[in-house]
Amino acid sequence: MSTATLPLAPAESTFTRTLRIFLSETRYELVRSLRTRTFSLSAIGFPVMFYLLFGIMMNRHETIGGTGMARYMLASYATFGVVGSALFGIGVGLAGDLSAGWMELKRASPMPPAAYLAAKCVTAICFGAIILTLLTTIGVTLGHVHISLAEYLHILGLVAAGAIPFACMGLAIALIVPFNSAPGVTNLLYLPMSFLGGLWVPLIALPKAVQHIAPLLPTYHLAQLMLGIFGAADPKRTTASHWFGLLGFTLLMFGVAWIAFRRREQNA
Amino acid sequence: MNQVMEIPTQAVPHNAARPAAPAVATLTNITKRYANGVVALDGLSLELRRGEIVALLGPNGAGKSTAVRLMMGLSAPTSGDVRIFGADPQLTSTRLRTGVMLQVGRAPEMLKVREHIAMFRSYYPAPASVASLVKAAGLEGLEDRLFGQLSGGQKQRVLFALSLAGNPDLVFLDEPTVGLDIEARRAMWSQIRSLRDAGKTVLLTTHYLEEADALADRIIVISKGRVVCEGTPAEIKSAGAAGSVGAGVAVKIIRCITTLSSEHLLRMPGVNSITIEDGRTIVISSMPESTLREMLALDQSLHSLEVQSPALEDAFLALTR
Repeated sequence: MSTATLPLAPAESTFTRTLRIFLSETRYELVRSLRTRTFSLSAIGFPVMFYLLFGIMMNRHETIGGTGMARYMLASYATFGVVGSALFGIGVGLAGDLSAGWMELKRASPMPPAAYLAAKCVTAICFGAIILTLLTTIGVTLGHVHISLAEYLHILGLVAAGAIPFACMGLAIALIVPFNSAPGVTNLLYLPMSFLGGLWVPLIALPKAVQHIAPLLPTYHLAQLMLGIFGAADPKRTTASHWFGLLGFTLLMFGVAWIAFRRREQNA
Repeated sequence: MNQVMEIPTQAVPHNAARPAAPAVATLTNITKRYANGVVALDGLSLELRRGEIVALLGPNGAGKSTAVRLMMGLSAPTSGDVRIFGADPQLTSTRLRTGVMLQVGRAPEMLKVREHIAMFRSYYPAPASVASLVKAAGLEGLEDRLFGQLSGGQKQRVLFALSLAGNPDLVFLDEPTVGLDIEARRAMWSQIRSLRDAGKTVLLTTHYLEEADALADRIIVISKGRVVCEGTPAEIKSAGAAGSVGAGVAVKIIRCITTLSSEHLLRMPGVNSITIEDGRTIVISSMPESTLREMLALDQSLHSLEVQSPALEDAFLALTR
């Protein structure tokens, strides 16, 4: 041992400190979410159940533009799953922490707020990954879906990226809506947004009016990006337009959340 | 009443018994006006010094929690200066040296006690050991329980452990013993005293005046957003009983049955007020020995004599009226 190794611990840089706290926050957020059965069972259960019903049991022999229904629905229910995990995990989860004074305690501690938010976001991504993996397993074993590892990883990447816009939306909801009504308000936005974005039933099967509304919704853009991997996206629109759609929505939600945050701070 | 409000700072000497330790927290001339126009603090100044337990008392709405939130860096003053260890309370470097226990309605229930402690320890570069935290908060045997399964008092103790996770130099405890049984309350008191003995500073808000009396080295009474009185528990009691006269002197309450008239008693030196209740005369005196000597000499029939120190509760009510 050289004399240079003094018993003094080197001062940790802000980045490594934030990273270390982020990892521990993520670990406990994940543990807490998985143990909260009402959350984990519904967040994972609904997309899986819907996929089994609408993608595997019904319509299994139909195709949309040359893509089998089970394969097509895998992409849309993976979207449905990650959107739900992000909205409920961040929206309802944060609203709960805010209402009970727990957030105050955390903010008075030296915990970097970024570590807290990132932990919640990564937890939503993990749930999205669990859902995608379950759906893929069901599709491959029960629905004769052919999916390559590259396709799976590509969709996984979209699950991670797609969690962010809806995490921002969850943040906005949590900052605006009181805790008691947060689950209701979230469902009120999540379910119509999913249906109208074509996550439950392919857009082609929906009325023309809905097909015109869909491009206004972030759920539609994320689903189209996922369907693009299977070559099943709407040919009238480009991949770039979907990315722009999601980016715009993210900025809008972040802006709303920021204004709501400033307003809360002023009243603090 | 205005006179009562003005007694404070010069009337009651600052912790006269011991030399002034360095200040760890100062609020200077703080005004806090909320967006809805409510003025919670109105020219409040106070100071916490190293190695003391300070109790912040005041009726509901007096501005206690606003003052504490400012010191925790959870909100900013409209005007005035908040300094913790000479720095901004919102800085991470400041927060690394403070510990906070707040009234929390609902902490994550699906985490174990052990996990809550581990999470808070991860925020600090040199945290207190798990064993010492478990011991300080009396959580032995509860480490693997989910937070949601704990009783109210046990939850309160977990929050106490979390406030000490970073081995802080300054601890804010908001109503720390709510929901604790007598034994657990005494155990927490002794932990709070040992924090003080280790040179740490503790700021306590409480509704239990008995707790402030037993624990605090210094009490700061605030009312309507201002400090109305500060001093040792004994000084506060005297100040409250003495009204506009008290100057950190030992005020006593004398009760007896006497033939002496109120007018006569009021002329005696040190006598501050006279009330007659159910035929008993109640004399509040800042020179109780001389008052008593004179009364006993003048009235041979004086009987049913009781001499009391004023209770903190009486003082509190008098000061915040």
